[in-house]
Amino acid sequence: MTTALAVTAPGLGVTVQDLGRPGYQAIGVPTSGALDPVMLRIANWLVGNAGGEGALEMRFSGPAFELLGGTAHLAVAGAGVEIELMPPFDGRYPAYRSVLMQPGQRFRVILKEGGPCYLAVDGGFAIPPVLGSVSTLAMSGLGGFQGRALQTGDVLPLRLARPALEAEYALRPPKFAPAPAIRVIMGPQNTHFTQVGLNTFLSERFTISHLSDRMGLRLEGTPVEHAGSFDLISDGNAHGAIQVPGSGHPIVLMADRGTTGGYPKIATVISADLPLLGRLPPGAELRFKAVTHSEAIEALRTQDAMLASLKTSITRYRDPGEELARALLEENIISGVADAQA
Amino acid sequence: MNRSDPPSAVWPRFLPSGDAALTVELGDEVDRQISTRVVRLHRHLRAHPLPGVVETLPTFRSLLVRFDPRETDAAALQAARTAIIGEMSDEPLPSRRWGIPVCYDPEFGLDIHEVASLAGMTLHQVVECQASAIYYVYMLGFLPGYAYLGDTPEPLRLPRRRNPRTRVPTGSLAIATAVASVYPFESPGGWHIIGRTPVSFFDAAADEPALLAPGDEIRFEPIPLEQYEARHKAGGARPRLCDGASA
Repeated sequence: MTTALAVTAPGLGVTVQDLGRPGYQAIGVPTSGALDPVMLRIANWLVGNAGGEGALEMRFSGPAFELLGGTAHLAVAGAGVEIELMPPFDGRYPAYRSVLMQPGQRFRVILKEGGPCYLAVDGGFAIPPVLGSVSTLAMSGLGGFQGRALQTGDVLPLRLARPALEAEYALRPPKFAPAPAIRVIMGPQNTHFTQVGLNTFLSERFTISHLSDRMGLRLEGTPVEHAGSFDLISDGNAHGAIQVPGSGHPIVLMADRGTTGGYPKIATVISADLPLLGRLPPGAELRFKAVTHSEAIEALRTQDAMLASLKTSITRYRDPGEELARALLEENIISGVADAQA
Repeated sequence: MNRSDPPSAVWPRFLPSGDAALTVELGDEVDRQISTRVVRLHRHLRAHPLPGVVETLPTFRSLLVRFDPRETDAAALQAARTAIIGEMSDEPLPSRRWGIPVCYDPEFGLDIHEVASLAGMTLHQVVECQASAIYYVYMLGFLPGYAYLGDTPEPLRLPRRRNPRTRVPTGSLAIATAVASVYPFESPGGWHIIGRTPVSFFDAAADEPALLAPGDEIRFEPIPLEQYEARHKAGGARPRLCDGASA
């Protein structure tokens, strides 16, 4: 008997994403994958999956499901997301803790903010990979669930008939402080801009436009001035490359970006800041700061360490009363040790 | 720049493209010889990967080299640059030549009347002119399996359509400026559609998902409407490899 999630409300543009399908850009296939791979990993780890297992990426408006078949162990991660059981069932589950659901339970995913959130299930979905990944490239109908966003009536089979982990897990909600600036390395075509243009780019508070999508974040603000043509010979688009078309309004190229393009690319976001960027909803503001290659690698190492620490902090879920008692006990012990050493 | 110049002190140029990629630029024009150098470098790095390099993406005159930033420090990057410079050569590139059947009937060549009018030719002359060239695959991009082919004979070099279409049918052969392409998927597009091929240019389930690779050559072979219908019903045509073998 297959366990599955039946879609009772589709949300908006909900797609299956994993960490993407790199390796095929030379034949024009975008890398796709989760806009916020940090949150994807957290959702997956909470249900005992490898961090890169396929999960549902949700933005703006969450879907609703009925669980069919057997028990499922699932979790959501992201800013402002929670699970709400629907009548006749009752209850709300916040993000960052996993939940064991029973067949017949109906629930909706509530998104209070616009940024991407992830719903992971223990064992992942039984979806065949395309070119090594279950990520969805909706514009070409590749991958994911039938190459598209979820629709009412879809039935998503789970790989496992029953969860591998019959317990619930949680971690302390990660606090991602808003970054003062998104760090970039200048180039490849920073020489195609005037000094005024470069100054605008590095000082302006840009706003993320509502026209943004998985291909790119469109930025609104003072136009960035070109020096000469904005129509160049097409070259490769790195993830996080910031192209500036004739309008002067930069576009940060994201997961589903076309592999090549002819607009000048003024700078490229560093790897460590890509999940941060992916997390930003339309209407959010951002600034850019130029850094060196060494600083970029250092930032990546710091993020790797943070993620490793988050992963080891996942514990069995305890209800709040028990949690408070434990926290108090730990504080007494720790304080005692510190005083003794002082 | 003189087309027959060998690699010089100016090229290759290495342009930073974030902390996980480098753009290796080999020239500043759309030129067959420059492209051949790019394709050769791409094939070489694919066959003999440098430490930390995870993928390469060839374009008209540059190669995007993507590497794992955790595996590649400044010293490794410099070593990669040196190795790349050492790999530059002008030896001929082995290539495949495909025969691609195309139906230029106005039922599929949605813009062919307009193209004929703009070029001052009859429909027959348009087909003869366009199909007379041997096209070279410069690169793939924009969509999975979408190839940029060159060069369209002079009389048919037209600017892009003023009003792009929201839906170009799958298999459409389209031209703009000196470039031609076939749409592997239905998609928006601003080029002039002059025909359609029953051959599939992208199949995710195939061993080689994209039919074409940079460096390949193509001959377009005009077929009449009835033949298109027959091949299409048979589940898509097979392109012909011009050494006599079929794909």
